[in-house]
Amino acid sequence: MIYRSLKVIPVFVGFLLIWEILVRSLNTPSWFLPAPSVIFAELGNHPRLYLAQSFYTLMTTMLGFTAAFVAGVILAIAIVYSRILENTLYTLLVSFNSVPKIALAPLFIIWLGTGLQSKVAVSFLIAFFPIVIDMVLGLRSTDPDALNLFKTMHGSPLQALIKIRLPNALPYMFSGMKVAISLALVGAVAGEFIASQSGLGYVILTAQGMFFTARVFAAILVLGLMGTILFYLVDLAEHLVCPWHVSHREEEAAVAARG
Amino acid sequence: MGAVAFDSAASIQGSHLVEFENVEKIYRSKRGDVAALQGITMHIGEAEFLSVLGPSGCGKSTLLRCLAGLEKPSGGDIRVGGKSVSGPPHNLGVVFQRDILMEWRNVIQNVLLPVEARRLRVADWRERALQLLELLGLRGFENRYPYELSGGMRQRVSICRALLLNPNLLLMDEPFGALDAMTRDELNIELQRVWIEDAKTVFFVTHSIPEAVFLGNRVVVMSPSPGRILRTITVDLPRPRDLSVRETPEFGAYVREIRTLFQEMGMLRAR
Repeated sequence: MIYRSLKVIPVFVGFLLIWEILVRSLNTPSWFLPAPSVIFAELGNHPRLYLAQSFYTLMTTMLGFTAAFVAGVILAIAIVYSRILENTLYTLLVSFNSVPKIALAPLFIIWLGTGLQSKVAVSFLIAFFPIVIDMVLGLRSTDPDALNLFKTMHGSPLQALIKIRLPNALPYMFSGMKVAISLALVGAVAGEFIASQSGLGYVILTAQGMFFTARVFAAILVLGLMGTILFYLVDLAEHLVCPWHVSHREEEAAVAARG
Repeated sequence: MGAVAFDSAASIQGSHLVEFENVEKIYRSKRGDVAALQGITMHIGEAEFLSVLGPSGCGKSTLLRCLAGLEKPSGGDIRVGGKSVSGPPHNLGVVFQRDILMEWRNVIQNVLLPVEARRLRVADWRERALQLLELLGLRGFENRYPYELSGGMRQRVSICRALLLNPNLLLMDEPFGALDAMTRDELNIELQRVWIEDAKTVFFVTHSIPEAVFLGNRVVVMSPSPGRILRTITVDLPRPRDLSVRETPEFGAYVREIRTLFQEMGMLRAR
């Protein structure tokens, strides 16, 4: 997995080289398209700025994601076990899912102010849906014969949930989590765009106002790095928790086949 | 010789552990009712190995599920140990066609699942789990995961799991159907060995005529939907039976009789 990612680096470096050459030869203005060397210089000159603002965005993302995870899993279990909730709440959630959640961000600003809470709320709201929907799918996809077999063993429904349904739903849960972590970051940045005094989104917005494009790119670079690391952390967690899952086996088989 | 067949379910010596009385199962749907089972009356004696044989769709799996308490018959009564079945009977072992192992647990953890379901102490049963694994040729595989095992090995694990708590009734629904012919033969022999050592009452569903005759004390032959009992045949071959018994004329006579029965019903010609 890590080996495959390392292969991207020479491609990325090549891309940066072409970009650098193009900018220098075409003499594009810096406010329009800065050269990579200028962007990296900007990063190197203000490390503390980017570190501090990244931390703020990261905090928002992690709070929103964690809340989405906890609420999502609990709600998914409740929906699967309650016919009433399934017919009401789940249907609502699925239809509400098609509303662009970012459009609700200004609403949260009105309700919760311009502090951390409103941005966490936006982050939470966007990240919440994939977790619930995938978790419900995972819980529902339990083999009915496995549940029947457990019944013949005289196991209780609670044991069936803990020992059979939940472990079976874990791969689906991680699938939802991978989508959710990326969306939580999007929500955090979107919230910062709308009303904030900190965070990488705020950095981008103020830099844009000054046509300080190098700073915009630098912030985007940091965001991209953050998003990639967060995604791979969830992926790593999945490898640790569900090593038995078929997709991982297929991965190993494919690697083995390639020799 | 003893290739004697008789039409009604004759009584055998020993008490009847399981009794079916006029069992009926009708599936109701908007497109009309489908009768899966009709007028099933039969019994299974203590420590008897009963093969239930029939073509696909004859209701034999439905019958097994009714006996397992997973489905309710639309009519009639099923009694285990004198008590009517209204939910899974006490002390049951079940093996389905798919092994249904928990992929996230290793072999011995899978085998010990019934202990956890009953909230007994796992440590008390570990030794028996290991003995069963050894009995079924899986010594050394306790800590492997299901995805590391072949289909035959996985099914052996599910048999160990079914036998763990020493059930007095073992239900098997085409357990070797998904396996290749050689593994199937191997497991037929092993199952017979396990049954001889640890006498249990077995309700064994299959669509293979030779398998039904090889394993069973009696063979109940069912008709296609709606499933009725066409004939009950007592297999009078000595135990333990090894695979070569399948070449004896007596064995052939039983298989021929059943095949003729199916042909009379127009079943084989229709394929």
